[in-house]
Amino acid sequence: MDYKEIIAQYDGKAGGIIEAYHALLREFSYLPEEAIAEAARIFKLSTAEAYGIATFYSMFSVEARGKNVVRICESAPCHVAGASDVVAALERELGIKMGESTADGKFALEFTECVGQCQATPVITINGKPYLDVSPAKIPAIIAEYK
Amino acid sequence: MVNLTIDGIKVSVPEGSTILQAASEVGIKIPTLCFHPDQSIKANCRVCVCEVEGNRLLQAACAMPVFEGMVVKTRTPKVLEARKTILELILSNHPQDCLNCIRNGNCELQDLAQEYCIRENPFEYKVRGFEKDFSTPSLFRDQDKCILCRRCVEVCSVVQSVNALGLEGRGYDSMVVPTLGKALIDSPCIMCGQCIHACPVGAIGEIEQIDEFLAAVANPDKVVITQIAPAVRVAIAEEVGMMTGEMPMGTFVQGLRQIGFDHVLHTNFTADLTILEEGNELLKRLKEGGTLPMFTSCSPGWINFCETFYPDLLDNLSTCKSPQQMFGALVKTYWAEKMGIDPANIYSVSIMPCVAKKFEAARPEMNDSGYQDVDLVLTTREIGRLFRMSGLDFSRLPASDFDSWMGKYTGAAVIFGASGGVMEAALRTVYEVVTGKTLEDVNFVATRGITGIKEADVDLDGTVVKVAIANGLANARKLMEQVRAGESPYHFIEIMACPGGCIGGGGQPITKANVKRVERIEAIYAEDAGLPLRKSHDNPEVKTLYEEFLHEPLGHKSHELLHTHYHPKNKKFL
Amino acid sequence: MAEEMRIVLRNYGKIAPLKIDDYLTQGGYKSLEKARAMNTADLIAEVKKSNLRGRGGAGFNCGMKWSFAAGAQADQKYVICNADEGEPGTYKDRLIMENDPHTLIEGMAICAYAIGATQGYIYLRGEYPFLISTLNTAINQAREKGLVKNFDIEVRSGAGAYVCGEETALIESIEGKRGEPRFKPPYPPSEGLWSKPTIVNNVETFANIPVIIEKGADWYASIGNPAYPGTKVFTLTGDVNNRTFFEVPTSTTIREIVFQFGGGIPGGKKFKAVQIGGTSGAFIPEALLDTPVAFDSMSAIGATLGSGATFVIDESRDVVDVATRIAGFFEHESCGKCAPCREGTARTAELMEKINEGRGSNKDIALLEKLGNVMSYSCLCGLGQAAPAPVLTTIKHFKADYEAKFM
Repeated sequence: MDYKEIIAQYDGKAGGIIEAYHALLREFSYLPEEAIAEAARIFKLSTAEAYGIATFYSMFSVEARGKNVVRICESAPCHVAGASDVVAALERELGIKMGESTADGKFALEFTECVGQCQATPVITINGKPYLDVSPAKIPAIIAEYK
Repeated sequence: MVNLTIDGIKVSVPEGSTILQAASEVGIKIPTLCFHPDQSIKANCRVCVCEVEGNRLLQAACAMPVFEGMVVKTRTPKVLEARKTILELILSNHPQDCLNCIRNGNCELQDLAQEYCIRENPFEYKVRGFEKDFSTPSLFRDQDKCILCRRCVEVCSVVQSVNALGLEGRGYDSMVVPTLGKALIDSPCIMCGQCIHACPVGAIGEIEQIDEFLAAVANPDKVVITQIAPAVRVAIAEEVGMMTGEMPMGTFVQGLRQIGFDHVLHTNFTADLTILEEGNELLKRLKEGGTLPMFTSCSPGWINFCETFYPDLLDNLSTCKSPQQMFGALVKTYWAEKMGIDPANIYSVSIMPCVAKKFEAARPEMNDSGYQDVDLVLTTREIGRLFRMSGLDFSRLPASDFDSWMGKYTGAAVIFGASGGVMEAALRTVYEVVTGKTLEDVNFVATRGITGIKEADVDLDGTVVKVAIANGLANARKLMEQVRAGESPYHFIEIMACPGGCIGGGGQPITKANVKRVERIEAIYAEDAGLPLRKSHDNPEVKTLYEEFLHEPLGHKSHELLHTHYHPKNKKFL
Repeated sequence: MAEEMRIVLRNYGKIAPLKIDDYLTQGGYKSLEKARAMNTADLIAEVKKSNLRGRGGAGFNCGMKWSFAAGAQADQKYVICNADEGEPGTYKDRLIMENDPHTLIEGMAICAYAIGATQGYIYLRGEYPFLISTLNTAINQAREKGLVKNFDIEVRSGAGAYVCGEETALIESIEGKRGEPRFKPPYPPSEGLWSKPTIVNNVETFANIPVIIEKGADWYASIGNPAYPGTKVFTLTGDVNNRTFFEVPTSTTIREIVFQFGGGIPGGKKFKAVQIGGTSGAFIPEALLDTPVAFDSMSAIGATLGSGATFVIDESRDVVDVATRIAGFFEHESCGKCAPCREGTARTAELMEKINEGRGSNKDIALLEKLGNVMSYSCLCGLGQAAPAPVLTTIKHFKADYEAKFM
C-alpha cells in the first residue's frame, strides 16, 4: 500500500494520527515528509503540527532508517545487567554505531528506555518483538533471523 | 467575587481570576515570560511561580485560579530561589550577546535577568550554535535565542491561521521550527511578522537594512527620497519615548530630513490614489459583472496569504498595487520627470509598519518604472533606531513640511493605517461618484475598531453594497471559506493581515498587547478628524496627477504603473 | 512472616486469558452485573469506602475521583485505562493484561456505569504491541457475549514517551497530539479527553474493582495498611535472587520485599540500596528497610510507592553511575514543555556525568541539590517534580560515594 492508502484507513478516527503513523512505520520504517503532510490533511492539522507529533515520540523517525529496528534498553535494570556489553556486540555484529542504519538498509540500531520485560534483563526488541536475557553470545543468532 | 490574601494584602477579584490578575490589582508585579495578555495560558516558563498556603508545590500565577480564602505569597525565599534558578537555567543556553541583539533594551528576558540580579550563572554556559535563518527578505530567526515560550507558534496558528511554526523533538532537544524543520522560506510563512511582536526575546526579528540606507545617504550620486506609510506617524513616537500619536507630522518630517533624506514624501498620496483606482475598479466590477466580492490588495502579508492558501481566489483580489508600490512606480516616472531628476539616480526608500513590505518591494514584477520601483523598505522600528542614532530631541526639533508633488493627502489616506480604513475611505469616494451627491457625514463608524470581522450595508442611493472587513488572517480565513463555498454575501472585502490593521503591523514598535493597538487606532482617527480634506478625490495633487499624467482611473497609464497581477505560491507543504 | 495475597493477579495461571468462559467460571463479570444492580451513588460510595487509592503513583482515593466525574454534567464522558507503564523495572500491568484481560475490562465497565460513560480507551504503551490483539480479542468476546452492553473500549497505542503516563499527557496523546501535560486545574474528572469528564485509572487500579464489588468495601479496607489498603504488585529487578513479581498486602515492609520475597542478594554480597516505585523513586538505604510499603509510610521517609518496581543494588555497584544513567533517562523523557524540567533534567544529567567521570566537586553536588529542590516544586507535572529524587536521595544517603569520585 502507498502512504495515502495507509493513512486513509484512519480517516475519521478522532486523534488517529498516532495510529496512522504506527501503520506507516510498519510499511516504511520511518515517516516520509509527504506522508506527514498527507496525515496533516486527513486529520485536519497543519503540516507543522503533524511534524511536531512525528518528532515527539521516540518510536517515530522522520529520517529514513533501516527496515528492521533493533532497540536496546538502557534503563537502570538493563544497565546494571550488562546492557553496554550487548550494545558493543550489536555494533560489532551490524558494523554500525548506535543511532545508525546498515548500508543495505536492513537494520537500524537505537537505544530505548524500558520496554517492560525487566524479569529477564538485558532486553532488546526487534520491530517491537522482545528478546530476553540477551547476552553478547546470543546476538549473532538473533540478528540472523532478520538477515 | 473571591476574597484572598496576597503578601498580606486582602483583595477581592471576580471568580475565575488568576493569581497574576489578583496580584496586579494590589500593585504586586509577578514576573512572567510565556504569559501573553492576548493568548492562551501556557504556564510553561514557570518564572511566575508563587507559594499557595497548604500546597508544597509552587503554583504558576499566570494559570492558577484564585479561590475563597486563598493565601498567596509571591516572594518568599523559596519562590525567589525557584525563579532565580529557572532564569539561570534559561540563560545558561541563551546567547549572552545582548549588546548585539536586535532586542537589546527591549527584551523580557533581559529585564528579568536585571530584576533578579543574575550575575554569576552557576550552570555551564552552553549555546547550541544553530545557524540563523535569513531565508526570507522580511524576517530572520535565531534559534539559539528561542526560550520555547511558544507565543510565536500561537500567534502564527491561532491569530493568523498560517501555521508556519511548530515544535520539533522533545525535551532539551525540542525547538520551535518552521514546517518540517525547513527554512522559513519553505514554510507557509506569509511574512506578516506578528511572531516578532509575540517573541519575548530576540529569536525572531526583521531583516534590518539600516546599513543599506546609510550607504545610500553616503553616496553623493543618489537622491534619497522617502515615503511614509499612514500607520507610521502614530507609532514612531513610541520609539523615541513619546506617547502614542504624540509626534507632530512636521517634527517627524524634520527628523527624516535630519537622518539624510533628500526629499520627504508621503505614501498617503498614493493611498488617496489607490482609492480612486480601487473605487473605480469596484464600480466597474459591480457594473460589468466582474469577479465579486472584490478584495483589497494593500496588505502584502494578506496577498502572500491569498497566494499561499487561496490561489483559486486570486481573481477576487483588486489588481491595484499597494500604495507603497504605486508610489514606487510613480516616483521614478512622474515625479522624476517633474523634478528633472534622472530616475536611475533615485534611491527610493519606504518607511513602513510592515516587514512583508520588504518582500513586496523585492517582487520581480515590481519594476514597472523600468527600475526596481522601491529600493529599500525600512520599518518603523528601524527608523526609530536611526532617530536614536542621530541623537534627535523631538521636543525641540523645528517642524518641516513635506516636499511637493506626492506629499499631499487627505484624512481618507490617513485611516488606511487602521483596519476598516481602506473600506471607509473607499466608501467616502464611491458614494460621491455613484450618487453625485456630497457626503455630509464622512464617518462610517461601523468599519472602525479592532473587532476581527466587521460588516456594513452601504446605501448608494438605492443600491445596497454589502461590505466586510477582517483583520488578522484567521478572521480573513473565515470570510475566504465563505467565498470559496460560494456563500459570501459581500461585494467588497477589506483584509489586513495584522490585528488592528497596519498600526499593528510586524514592523511597528514591539507591541505585546492589543490595548496598544487600540491606542494607535484612536490616534489615527483623531488625525483624520483634524484634517481639512477627508475624501481622496479631493486631494489636489492627485487631481493634478490625473490631469497631467494618468488622465483617468483605470486608464492605460494606470494599468501600466499602478496595477499588478498575482501568482499562486504553490507551497509544497501547508 | 508476610504472605503473598493475590487480588489483581487472582486468575494468573488459573485461566486461559483469551477463553472468556474460563474467566466467567471464576466468577468473572458477576461484579459488573452486581454493580449494575446498584444505583450509581451507592456504587461509588462503596468504592470510596474501600479506600482503594490509585495505583498509578498519586494515590488519590479512587471512589472520590469517580464521584467528581459522576457529578459533572456532560453529554459524553470517558473512561481511560492508563496502560502506559513506563517506569523502568515495571511490568505488572503487562502481567495483568497478558494473563487476565477481562478483569481490566470488567473494572473499566464498572467505572463506566458508575460515572455514566459509554466510551472507554485503553492507552497501551507502544512497547507492548503484542498485547493489542490480546486486548481487542477480549473486548470483542465481552461485546459478543453482551456483557459490556452499551460501553465500548478502543485500544490506542503510545509511541515511546514516558511522560504519557501522566494522565493529561496521556489524554493529549489519545487526542492525537504531542504528549505534553496540561496545566491543572481543570482536572480530567471535570475536563479531560476532548474536554469531557474523564476518569483515568491505572490497569492495576481497575483490576481491583471487580473484587471490591464482589467481596465488599469492608473486606478490602481491612487488607494491609488501613490508610492505603489492599495489595500491591511488586516487580523485582537488579541484584536480587528472585527477579520476579509478587502481590502482597500493603503492610509488607521493604525488607520483606527484598529479602523474603526477593530472596536477598546473590553471591553473598551485601545490600547497598533499593529504589522503589520505578526510576523516579527514591534510593533507600539499609537503615530504612523496615518501612511498610504503603503510600504514606513511604512518603514519610521521603520515598514513594509508585509503580511498585523494586530495583536492588548490592555493595559492588557504583551508585553514582546508576544515578547518572537515571539522570540520562529523565533528560531523554522530559517533554520539554516547561523550562525547569527541560533545562533542569539536561543540567542534572550533565552535572552527574561530570561527577561520574571524576571531574566534579562539592560545588556541583550543592548545585544538584539546589536544582533538584527547585525542580521538585516548580515543574509543571509529576515527571519534572519526581525526576530529581534519585539524585537527591543518593546524595543524601551515599554522599561518600560521590566524594570518592572526585579526583
